[in-house]
Amino acid sequence: MSAAERKHEFVDSLRRRQIIDGLSLGKRTDGRGLTDYRELKMEIGAIVKANGSAMVHLGNTIVLVGVKVNLGTPFPDTPDEGILTVNADVLPIASPYEEPGPPDEDTIELARVVDRGIRESHMIDMSKLAIQPGKKVYSVFIDVTVLDVDGNLFDAVSYAAVAALMTTRFKKAVVKGDEVIQSDKMMEMPVKTIPVSITTAKIGSHTILDPDGIEEAVMDARLTTTFDSANRLCATQKGGEGWFTPEEILRQMDIARVKAKEIRSVIKEAVKNAKKS
Amino acid sequence: MTELIDKNNLRVDGRKLDELRPIKMQVGILKNADGSAYIEWGKNKIIAGVYGPKECHPKHMALPDRALLKCRYHMAPFSVDERKSPQPSRREIELSKIIREALSPAILLEEFPRTAIEIYIEVLQSDGGSRVASITAASAALADAGIPMKDLVVGCAVGKIDGKIVADLSDIEDKEGEVDLPVACMPNLNSVTLLQSDGPLSKEEFKKAFKLALDKCRYVYDIQRKALLEGYLAKTKEA
Repeated sequence: MSAAERKHEFVDSLRRRQIIDGLSLGKRTDGRGLTDYRELKMEIGAIVKANGSAMVHLGNTIVLVGVKVNLGTPFPDTPDEGILTVNADVLPIASPYEEPGPPDEDTIELARVVDRGIRESHMIDMSKLAIQPGKKVYSVFIDVTVLDVDGNLFDAVSYAAVAALMTTRFKKAVVKGDEVIQSDKMMEMPVKTIPVSITTAKIGSHTILDPDGIEEAVMDARLTTTFDSANRLCATQKGGEGWFTPEEILRQMDIARVKAKEIRSVIKEAVKNAKKS
Repeated sequence: MTELIDKNNLRVDGRKLDELRPIKMQVGILKNADGSAYIEWGKNKIIAGVYGPKECHPKHMALPDRALLKCRYHMAPFSVDERKSPQPSRREIELSKIIREALSPAILLEEFPRTAIEIYIEVLQSDGGSRVASITAASAALADAGIPMKDLVVGCAVGKIDGKIVADLSDIEDKEGEVDLPVACMPNLNSVTLLQSDGPLSKEEFKKAFKLALDKCRYVYDIQRKALLEGYLAKTKEA
């Protein structure tokens, strides 16, 4: 059953007031402006045993994503499409509020929102992942490991997953008679667009981008929006115990749409450099 | 691909683009629950029950300054085409959370410190838009339980099928269509408490769809209020 669990620093009402006062002056606790992201560092391809991987540092938040490509049987309702699975794990070392065990509702939401950003933007041409329609397809596993939590896991994990997919290489399978076998030829992930997730938080009457841990502890509500390369909105998720006015939502999306372009060029650059080396 | 809109701009079930499926609501249908509601929305058949404010278990989860809100969205194994395992799926776990977060802003939780309020949603038969129907029923059940709220929460989904923005997707439209966009709001407070979307929408398309969703929420809100009023009148007659 879903219930609000405390997963962050206990922040009393005075601290919240102090943060809101700062926001009124355009200042955040770490000195950022309201729409600034923290430094985004990407290390692509560190895990050579995976078909694709990326480690993302977003401020103090650290996440690692590995992609593995297997052969699998397609779902009956999509016989000529590959399979995509996103799984997330927030490690007990990542935060004093995490424990070992099956994923809780926050972790499940994280995996599902990242999955939606990739799936609904049609980032991957799933029809190209079919080998023998109805019988054999590529099955793509995106496994997320969160190593350190300081807010905005949604965006950090999304960037890592997208970068890992863009650099994924796997053995091409070929049909020989009745059998499907892996050849020595490598193939790349058929990427059609680059989805970028942008998360904003509402604290009092202020909207900020890329909330860190303490800001998530005091925020009223959160809005995660994902945009494709054509800048279309592909996925949305509102979270948190608060609400937004319709005007706030439209304004948030205008800000996020601009920011998504900036982040997309950072991801593209990192992927380009990774492919060179 | 199936054709979802014909040349007369009618949908597979004969509805116009902005027309909702028939909605029926009734409150106070369970004896034991403190508040309850039943909703039929198209083929959706959903029961919501509320217990509380009551003692909070386990005790360490109790909050010093407000009630703890708990929520479970659950689908009966026979509610869908293929039997669904009764264990909560990842989808049900996510929906339990976002439904809780959609209802929580409306409830005056700070009136009941150290207690728990439990919301149980049982989907007996599922069609498209079961989360917004669940929210609409659950909020009526909360009101039926006499829990003070700032406003009722009401939901409605819109979407894009065959390139057109339409209201209230049915099962097939949700599966074959391009975009699903569920919205829940408190109509009198101009507050959106749930917003999700999947599938590509341009800036203009989103604006149009979002406005349509908010308009349709108003319409469902009237049905919800009428059901509460009828439930209350029936209770006073009994007394």
